[in-house]
Amino acid sequence: MRANFIFSEVWIGLRRNLTMTIAVVITVAVGMAMLGIGLMINSQVKMMQDFWYDKVEVSVFLCGKNPTMPNCKGKPIGVQQSKDLMEEIKGLSGVEQVLYESPDQAYANFQKSYAANKALIDATKVEDMPASFRVKLKDPNNYQPVVQALQGKTGVAQVTNQRDLVNQFFGLLDKLRSGAIIVAVVLVLAAALLIGNTVRLSAFNRRRETGIMRLVGASNLYIQLPFVMEGVISGLMGGVLAAVLLILSKVFLFEEIAKYFAFGSQLSWNDVAWVITLTMGIGVVICVLASFITLRRYLRV
Amino acid sequence: MIHFDNVTKVYTNQNRPALDHVSVDVDKGEFVFLVGPSGSGKSTFLRLVLKEERPNSGAIHVAGKDLARLSNFKVPHLRRRIGCVFQDFRLLPNKNVYENVAFALEVIGKPRRFIRKVVPEVIELVGLEGKAHRMPDELSGGEQQRVAMARAFVNRPMILLADEPTGNIDPATSIGIMKVLDRINRTGTTVVMATHDAAIVDSMRKRVVELEDGKIVRDQSRGVYGQAY
Repeated sequence: MRANFIFSEVWIGLRRNLTMTIAVVITVAVGMAMLGIGLMINSQVKMMQDFWYDKVEVSVFLCGKNPTMPNCKGKPIGVQQSKDLMEEIKGLSGVEQVLYESPDQAYANFQKSYAANKALIDATKVEDMPASFRVKLKDPNNYQPVVQALQGKTGVAQVTNQRDLVNQFFGLLDKLRSGAIIVAVVLVLAAALLIGNTVRLSAFNRRRETGIMRLVGASNLYIQLPFVMEGVISGLMGGVLAAVLLILSKVFLFEEIAKYFAFGSQLSWNDVAWVITLTMGIGVVICVLASFITLRRYLRV
Repeated sequence: MIHFDNVTKVYTNQNRPALDHVSVDVDKGEFVFLVGPSGSGKSTFLRLVLKEERPNSGAIHVAGKDLARLSNFKVPHLRRRIGCVFQDFRLLPNKNVYENVAFALEVIGKPRRFIRKVVPEVIELVGLEGKAHRMPDELSGGEQQRVAMARAFVNRPMILLADEPTGNIDPATSIGIMKVLDRINRTGTTVVMATHDAAIVDSMRKRVVELEDGKIVRDQSRGVYGQAY
């Protein structure tokens, strides 16, 4: 095998079809980047789910001084009443721990989570924050009975399961991920067709050479390798571009978003490296397959 | 060297066979003219030898190999032992004489040292010494055909197939081409040449196999083109 012969053929082929090569590189790059972003959202969501589902509690908000919730019937909860309620919650099956959060603590927490939003903090007073019981469950997935038992009790303004809130957010991320993956699939298909077309053009441009190669007994590998290598090289170039896009999206998208939400844990560079390796592998495999399939049709050996 | 045993070839969508129960033997070192009108099956014969086509029935042996049993991935190795020359030369226009001949060795993975040694020898054998760096469009038709012959012979094939090699060349130049073919034949290479050129066949006095409508109508050693001429 004479590597420099093959590579000079590949180089000539890529240069002859420069516009097609560029089209292939761009499509592969964007397709693989979308696939990579989908995968990154996926692992980010998994991480957040692990983090959040352990922490989510059932919050039991109590009626405050000027209750507005219909459940309170205009009356705040008494001290004895709230002590009784706490004992009752502790007695429920599935409850691990109950903590009391006073309006002051609630306000401090609120200030912390919305530190970025000055106007909202200024508009909110300590009195606006209700006192609540934070109920930690033994099994976070089994929250239904606890919520039902506490809903509508006197002195209870509202029972919320934080999981519902978190799930809404995850639902949004899921949609983003599906969108990215659908776009990726469409682009990968387009890339495969483009590669097929490039190989076809290439085979037509080089029909003299391949004809003579066949005649003098060049092996199939020798005849086909330059075409497949063209596919591999444009796939690799697309993969490198996709890697750059993914690194940029990690820095400018995931890390920026993470500043506004408590993600719990960050997508690590290890995950990004893994996604890049995977997308690059997929990109090259698709290019090789597309080249081979078209070759079988347009290059009789 | 080439052995056809009752070979029939019918192309799809055609009723009349291109070759009809043809049996012929070509021995090692022979020079055979394949004559007959257009469409008589000469080219089909050559394509069958190269395993570019498969016969519908009958057996073909080339260089001791049964072609029916030769697997597809071994076909290139068969073709390395067969050189081919065509009416239309089939040179690469963007490569010079040396590169055109060297191409045939490069693509079968021969080492560079070997190529540097044998290519000038073959260029000299076909009478193109001093023209190694000319481009094909700077050469006459006869010279281009010499390049094609050099390319066909550079790997020292056992068989040389020539499909109307003088078809595009004037009679005076054709004599030179035939001399080269004769020289190649004298190195022990079997030569099979399909041709229409009566004058050449008559002057060479070699074995003549005449085909008509896919059948062999004459097989004559030291023959001439045809009784009619």
